[in-house]
Amino acid sequence: MITHDILVVGGGLAGLSAALTADPHLSLAIISRVHPLRSHSVAAQGGINAALGNSQEGRDDNWEKHAFDTIKGSDYLADQAAAELMCREAVPTIYEMEHLGVPFSRSPVGLIAQRPFGGAGFPRTCFAADRTGLVIAHTLYEQAIKRQVKVYDEALVTKLVVENGRCVGVVIYDLATGQVLPMRARAVIFATGGYGRVYLRTTNAYINHGSGIGIAYRAGVALKDMEFVQFHPTSIYPKNILITEGARGEGGYLVNNKGYRFMADYAPSAMELAPRDIVARSIQTEVDKGRGFEDEYVHLDLRHLGQKKIDKRLPSVREICLKFGGIDPVETPIPIQPAQHYSMGGIDVDVRCVSSLAGFYAAGECACVSVHGANRLGGNSLLDTVVFGKIAGQEASNFVNGLELKDGNEKFLLDEAVAEKAKVDTWLSRSGGKMAHHLLNDLKVVMSEKAGIFRTKKELAEALEAIREIRDDYGRAFISGQCLRYSQAIVNLVEFGYMVDLTEVITLGALLREETRGSHYRLDFPKRDDAGWLKHTLVSLKDGKPEVAYRDVQITKYQPQERKY
Amino acid sequence: MKYTFRILRFDPGVDQSPCFQDFIYETEEKKSLLEALMDIRNDQDCSLSFRYSCREAVCGSCAMVINGQFDLACRTMMESLGTSLIVLEPLPNLEIQKDLIVDMEPFWRALFAVEPYLFPGETSPENGHRIEDREMEKIDQFVNCIMCGCCYSACPVVARDERYLGPAALAKLYRFVKDPRDERGYKRWSRVNTEAGAWGCDTVFKCNEVCPRKVRPADGIEGLRRKLIWGKVKSLFKRVR
Repeated sequence: MITHDILVVGGGLAGLSAALTADPHLSLAIISRVHPLRSHSVAAQGGINAALGNSQEGRDDNWEKHAFDTIKGSDYLADQAAAELMCREAVPTIYEMEHLGVPFSRSPVGLIAQRPFGGAGFPRTCFAADRTGLVIAHTLYEQAIKRQVKVYDEALVTKLVVENGRCVGVVIYDLATGQVLPMRARAVIFATGGYGRVYLRTTNAYINHGSGIGIAYRAGVALKDMEFVQFHPTSIYPKNILITEGARGEGGYLVNNKGYRFMADYAPSAMELAPRDIVARSIQTEVDKGRGFEDEYVHLDLRHLGQKKIDKRLPSVREICLKFGGIDPVETPIPIQPAQHYSMGGIDVDVRCVSSLAGFYAAGECACVSVHGANRLGGNSLLDTVVFGKIAGQEASNFVNGLELKDGNEKFLLDEAVAEKAKVDTWLSRSGGKMAHHLLNDLKVVMSEKAGIFRTKKELAEALEAIREIRDDYGRAFISGQCLRYSQAIVNLVEFGYMVDLTEVITLGALLREETRGSHYRLDFPKRDDAGWLKHTLVSLKDGKPEVAYRDVQITKYQPQERKY
Repeated sequence: MKYTFRILRFDPGVDQSPCFQDFIYETEEKKSLLEALMDIRNDQDCSLSFRYSCREAVCGSCAMVINGQFDLACRTMMESLGTSLIVLEPLPNLEIQKDLIVDMEPFWRALFAVEPYLFPGETSPENGHRIEDREMEKIDQFVNCIMCGCCYSACPVVARDERYLGPAALAKLYRFVKDPRDERGYKRWSRVNTEAGAWGCDTVFKCNEVCPRKVRPADGIEGLRRKLIWGKVKSLFKRVR
């Protein structure tokens, strides 16, 4: 049986970062459903935050101001000690990245350049043009090559194996062979990313189904703050490919059909650089009030930046517009609309990435520490992945080194794999029923229509009902044909079961949270309620049903105040 | 609009040989080739296999040969092809694993062979290096590479000589040789001073032509050659002295 000390699931930034930080004396492997360089991390464009104070306007910046902006941006739902830790670690982390070879863009004096981003008091976002995620992912992968990190790619983890309350491995579906296999480990780190594809409009890659989060939930780990879903203000219409916040950081304007920079009405001082939740709602409001174009989008105007600056700082944006939108931002404003972008919630872990399940850790977007609270600031997600990926690698190593651990029982692991294989066989044996892509589409429609940017009790309750009906349909799922190798239908159906769980948790949390905070906007409860709701939602599976609990937010020194920009 | 997709199908171990299969696909929308492929798979044949992830030309998964041209399926809009017959083939120079999925192993092996990571100096300046932007601009195009394999597959030298490292790996090496932070030293990287390395290139520039990210790998190979010659000249001078 394939056995390692540590299995890292996911080969994006958090996974690579964990793998590179783990004790090199331990046997470690990355399992990823795609080759690591195909992970969604490579699509991150705008940058990574750290209070380096490299620019003229940023001289007075420091990590505490970064922490304050992060906490205020989170609408005070972030755990403050965690946010402080991330922001303190940001500065050495950036220099470490630089020394590993990340080709950051430079300032006129040759330092790492920094651009303004939403919700930040200073230009704090380090970047490599508009392909920051790409170059950091490639750099970390290069280091993984150097360290000869073992990678099992194109293997989808379908289940966590828990024996006597301890995580002892995973079951995988190996795409190349079509086999379902157990893999044994003393510690498992999840770095499986977000779940954008439960919405119709998302900037996320096709692979972002979020099954990792659902797998943890099924294994008994609580999910935290799942109702907080980030909608990015600027995705290109109609393909919903991300147009980085850096486009506004470099000076782009948001304009409605009257030619008016409408952010003046919503965030008069921050304007286009208000946090994402505010900008996304403002755009949606303009469109809903008939001040958009074709009732779908508004304009992001970069024309005044000029071709030289666009080519230098936003080359991918121009390429995306040309290829996918058929327009040139040098000459034409970009049609943009909000789209799901990021999941603030996730697997409940503490500031050391430790979960309630022994031997199981999580980092990056799939995890919720929480540093982003109810709304993440642009440039903080890459930072989160690298900082907490490292911590997860260290903690898992300590766990393996610190205890006299026996490997999981081989027979037990095999039985788990056999049970997983039986599920696949059931789908293949049916001659009719619901196909994966139809199920997926039904779920996306429900989430988009009833659990999107603006929410009400009525719609959320309807969504919950509909999700539970879709779960019944999933019980009748089938796959036509008998192909086992590279079967996207198998992948989709395995993941879909977890997506149903996720959407149930998102919707339930949203229904119960009767206030408005950050990305969670309740039309029927439009005010933040600190007396009642300054707390995290925790949903865990008990006897097959979601059970809800709450935990107070950790406050250090930043008392909640009204959030104005 | 009605399209005919003629797709090369092959499942080694099951099929005797690869053969083309036609699928009729109709759409009125502006769709990318990848979106169309997903529709065909979902509605017509769920065993049709191809790789994909980001759908925005940055992950490098969906490189294939589209009507004879190397490109990413995600960034190819159907209408831009100007024909209703769309012929799709897997990347050549690599073994087919299934349908449009090829075994990238030789491509990655070539990459590993050039030691594609930064060799930092003994000490690193605490607050980062001071590097002028124009220095970084020299490696700008090369860090745009997404390792999709188009150049490797299109390269006529790779086609005839499996030892040849290929454009992507050599361009990656040049990216580090030119990086002001890299101190790998001439001896270390000049191992590519061979026919399997920098001198293998036929300079027909297929790689530059097919790159979907506007990288010009041949620039990197030429740069390596220049540096190799310069290294040789320097060592000759040393001997004369």
